[in-house]
Amino acid sequence: MSSVSASAAPAPIRGTARFTRPATLTVYRWELRKLVSQKRTYLGLGLAMILPLIFVVVQSLRTRQDRGGENIFASQITHSGLATPVLMLLFLSVFMLPLIAALVAGDIVAAEDGNGTLKTILTRSVDRGQLFAAKALAAMTYATIAVFAAAVVATAAGVAAWGFNSVTTYSGTVVSASEGLLLVFASNASYLIPLLAVASLGVLLSTVTRNSAAAVVGTVGITILLFIIGQIPGLEGIRPYLLTEQYENWHGLLRTPTDWAPIAHSAWVCALYGVPALIAGYLVFLRRDVAGG
Amino acid sequence: MLGTRATEDAAGGGEVPPVRARGLVKRYKEVLAVDHVDLNVQTGDVYGFLGPNGAGKTTTLRMALGLITPTEDIVELFGRDPMREGAHALEGVAGFVEAPRFYPYLTGRKNLELLAALDGADAKERIDEVLELVELAPRAAHRVGGFSHGMRQRLGIAAALLRRPRLLILDEPATGLDPAGMRDMRALIRRLADEGITVLLSSHQLPEVQDLCDRVAIVDRGRVVYEGALADLRRQGGAGYRLRTTDDVRALQIAREQRGIDFAAAGEHGLAFQAEEADVGGLSLALGAAGIGVLALTPELATLEDLFFRLTENDGAGEAEQPPPALAAPPTADERLVKAP
Repeated sequence: MSSVSASAAPAPIRGTARFTRPATLTVYRWELRKLVSQKRTYLGLGLAMILPLIFVVVQSLRTRQDRGGENIFASQITHSGLATPVLMLLFLSVFMLPLIAALVAGDIVAAEDGNGTLKTILTRSVDRGQLFAAKALAAMTYATIAVFAAAVVATAAGVAAWGFNSVTTYSGTVVSASEGLLLVFASNASYLIPLLAVASLGVLLSTVTRNSAAAVVGTVGITILLFIIGQIPGLEGIRPYLLTEQYENWHGLLRTPTDWAPIAHSAWVCALYGVPALIAGYLVFLRRDVAGG
Repeated sequence: MLGTRATEDAAGGGEVPPVRARGLVKRYKEVLAVDHVDLNVQTGDVYGFLGPNGAGKTTTLRMALGLITPTEDIVELFGRDPMREGAHALEGVAGFVEAPRFYPYLTGRKNLELLAALDGADAKERIDEVLELVELAPRAAHRVGGFSHGMRQRLGIAAALLRRPRLLILDEPATGLDPAGMRDMRALIRRLADEGITVLLSSHQLPEVQDLCDRVAIVDRGRVVYEGALADLRRQGGAGYRLRTTDDVRALQIAREQRGIDFAAAGEHGLAFQAEEADVGGLSLALGAAGIGVLALTPELATLEDLFFRLTENDGAGEAEQPPPALAAPPTADERLVKAP
């Protein structure tokens, strides 16, 4: 079979195409489409969604009324379905959601470098800075979707099992179901602050290491390291400035009156982790040799 | 200024070469991958870029496309430096380095749609056209992960043509193609060149380069050992002759002693040597005087393959900058093996 039509081509190949730089939004959209097309993407989302389901099924099958635990939401599991997403955020926020965020953030540059597709797209009309921005945004979008996918499944399953009822917050105040739903949404949104900083670290490691596994493991490793440091007696002084300590910043939203201080604190602490990571990743990406693939 | 030159070119006010490098260097710690390479690809050239594996070809092409940073000097594409001007310097430039790479989980068409989106302009409208051109339209809806190597090569050509390039940089485009595919690839490159597209072709297929290219650069150990017109190179290779006699062993001895006879070598098919026409007459007289009959004496122009090996299999090649060393004319590989010192 012949491979290329050399003689019967209908039109001249040569033309007068002018240089047009694509919008960064276009590059970002294609980064999302690439994510959507990969099975790995659904692994993380699947994990984020299946754990709330398992939780609800197991709790529904339990006959013991004492649900135990010191957390006020744990004692309300069967009273209001809205307790479930709060508990799930509590459980998933420490390890699972950072891991899911790292899965994509750590892979998003390194995989393309390894596969050689980075050189393919860098020889088009897109600038390196645009591409890095689009990839970082796509990684953060994925982390955001994972958080809200877990929250939606947890809320839906909890409400289906135990009803859309009022819920008691940490301060002992009973809030209506609709207000409780709003607080669940706000809590998850607030948790995104530290999680996006984790994703930023993932993007940096992905850019620097050029190795997906190293970047993913490295990102998770950093969060575990920070978590352990936070548990070491004698280091209480630095604990407020550890990234992992910001995972619970949303607790202030579940008090009456709302305590905004943890959120404001986490915003600047997380910025200290995330912004330099992104700047460093950007500078490395601009200057690096692309020789993979 | 680079920008000024590019503007002049766009306005037709100056002839800015599609590729220009002077003293290009790339060093990886102790390894000098590219050693002061000069390139000068002119508009309309089909420019062959040759060299053994590890000679620095791909590294040079990567620098040309702005993928890696030169240690010294710059490459200019139509007067623009990709390292300084980024994607803008690649205006009118397309191609691939090493094997073209695509997203295996996307279809061929989706891959082209992605690249067209990154190109802007009217690239998206040309997808069907380029798929037809490389005869991948029937497989466009299949994932690239299932494509053969040859199909990926063809998709690479399609992706390059989406950009309506004025300069096409192709790194081993015929690799992985079957003989018919290689023939058609050559025909396509020739057709693109006929349409005025400048082609920079890196290839191991020496007959392909000899067939397609008008100018070549041959690199060895990171250095250019020849750059210029292919016709000049072959001329510098000297007029070669093949000789069959009634006694080749004695004839070789006489040839080596004869003034004006260079690089005499014996092979399975007689002798090969290089000489001016007048000196060939002297040799035939000497052979006759020695009682050796001449069965056949045929002139042969050195092939690109001969010249390539002579330029790149020299142990001291690292010292051989232009002009090329004296070029002998051993016509076959066998003869190279038995070539006299």
